[in-house]
Amino acid sequence: MLSNQEVAEELLGKFGDQVYDFEEPYGLLTLSTTREEIISILEFLNKHKNYQISFLTDLTGVHYPDGKEREFMVVYHLHSFVHNFRIRLKVFISEADIHVPTATGLYASANWMERETYDFYGILFDGHPDLRRILNIEEMDYFPMRKEYPLEDATREDKSDALFGR
Amino acid sequence: MADIELLPHNVPSNSELPELVEELTTLNLGPTHPATHGIFQNILKMDGEKIVSGEQTIGYIHRAFEKIAERRPFYQITTLTDRMNYCSSPINNFGWHMTVEKLLQIEVPKRAQYIRVIMMELARISDHLICNSILGVDTGAFSGFLYVMQKREDIYEIYEEVCGARLTTNMGRIGGMERDLSTTAIRKIREFIKTFPPVLKEFEQLMSRNRIFMDRTINVGPISLERALSYGFTGPNLRAAGLDYDVRVMNPYSSYEDFEFDIPVGQSGDTFDRYNVRIEEMWQSLKIVEQALNNLPEGPYYADAPEYYLPPKKEVYSNMEALIYHFKIVMGEIDAPQGEVYHAVEGGNGELGFYLISDGGRAPYRLHFRRPSFIYYQAFPEMCKGSTLSDAILTMSSLNVIAGELDA
Repeated sequence: MLSNQEVAEELLGKFGDQVYDFEEPYGLLTLSTTREEIISILEFLNKHKNYQISFLTDLTGVHYPDGKEREFMVVYHLHSFVHNFRIRLKVFISEADIHVPTATGLYASANWMERETYDFYGILFDGHPDLRRILNIEEMDYFPMRKEYPLEDATREDKSDALFGR
Repeated sequence: MADIELLPHNVPSNSELPELVEELTTLNLGPTHPATHGIFQNILKMDGEKIVSGEQTIGYIHRAFEKIAERRPFYQITTLTDRMNYCSSPINNFGWHMTVEKLLQIEVPKRAQYIRVIMMELARISDHLICNSILGVDTGAFSGFLYVMQKREDIYEIYEEVCGARLTTNMGRIGGMERDLSTTAIRKIREFIKTFPPVLKEFEQLMSRNRIFMDRTINVGPISLERALSYGFTGPNLRAAGLDYDVRVMNPYSSYEDFEFDIPVGQSGDTFDRYNVRIEEMWQSLKIVEQALNNLPEGPYYADAPEYYLPPKKEVYSNMEALIYHFKIVMGEIDAPQGEVYHAVEGGNGELGFYLISDGGRAPYRLHFRRPSFIYYQAFPEMCKGSTLSDAILTMSSLNVIAGELDA
């Protein structure tokens, strides 16, 4: 059984100050890295003889409009079937330079997950073979999951409708 | 009548013939083709009968669940999860409840966990039943489908007894079940345990060793384990390719560690293996249902978490505190802690994951569904490359792609 401590130390030894913000929310090892290092970390964990963290469970994005220079986050969930060990990697990027290298070279499954993330947030995955919208129509000219497009507030009072009053 | 003689100037000489150009045919399979069993499109390039390449267009029933969820109180998101894999809605419902319970750190009593296991395994049976019988329909064996539909109806009647709904169940609540198993429900489940095996056995006798069915499915749409892992396969489709990964065993939730069951594994990852894995999983699920029902613990069916679990109506009318909680919960004003949590359950098609980021507000800051269909369906062009169209349809059918889950 692999411990969070062990993997964290190995990553720190290998990547030094390129990996930071170690956390364990609900027991899941979580850490942040830079976009320059993310692919080498994914590859390191994938090719590691002992760990074999070689399954990409999930890849998605999150928008933090208030984060200065780190408005967007790409989250990778990885899983090692050999040790039953999960790890979460985060990459923060700024809205002005919204690029992340693609993981499609390592995982075929990253293809659609990255397209979905692009579709929702407009995060550009450099080197992706076919970065198009996937769930929304191609003519759409905005990225709907960004926080500047709020859904209607259910508690608003400024609308009055005699029949279907809110 | 005299023979018509071809005049010499009407016969084109070889040099006059247009040059033969080899051209690929483009074939639209879907979006509303009956064999896709859902609304998604495949644009296939065909060379005669063989598929050269394919490209999928999805998103026809995209309903932006992840966006809607950012405005909804936690308990209202359950209805969104129903509509993802609608063949096994209770698994989605409980998966979501367990994610929130993990965030709120609520310990659900054993009885509720066992009831959940019973309902989830019944849901798995109905999910696999549909997939395998429809696979039969696609090969031309219609009668098996008609035999087993009655049993799915029985499962839906059990749902109806437990939660009042049949397809989009909205079953259970955060913190447990909304009501205990009634005696009618228990009787119906017992009846199901008794009457299902002969039907499944008959279905197996119709299909599993049927020469035509075997010829149509063996070596059709195979995928190697290595490719399957790279494509993010989980669930029966991954197990058919040869890896015994099952969330129920690897990360047990809802007391799955209490039950004795096997994980069936295939070898070649072809359509026949996927079919066999699903058949065997139904037997195992039935075993789990039986164990859970026989060992159903006594006790409460909901957690002692008054801030999150709706109080009984009688309390609300007589007790001030209960009234306040009732009001707060219905209005969605529960105090959720900040945090991020990933919880996975074994859905009908594989690892169904919920990635929830809470900022302490009434709705999730971000909720992402890891939908197994969405992730493994991208392997479809690779799996049907070089096969005929009729084989590609069987491959798609055995992958059990559910449009609601695909598009979310």
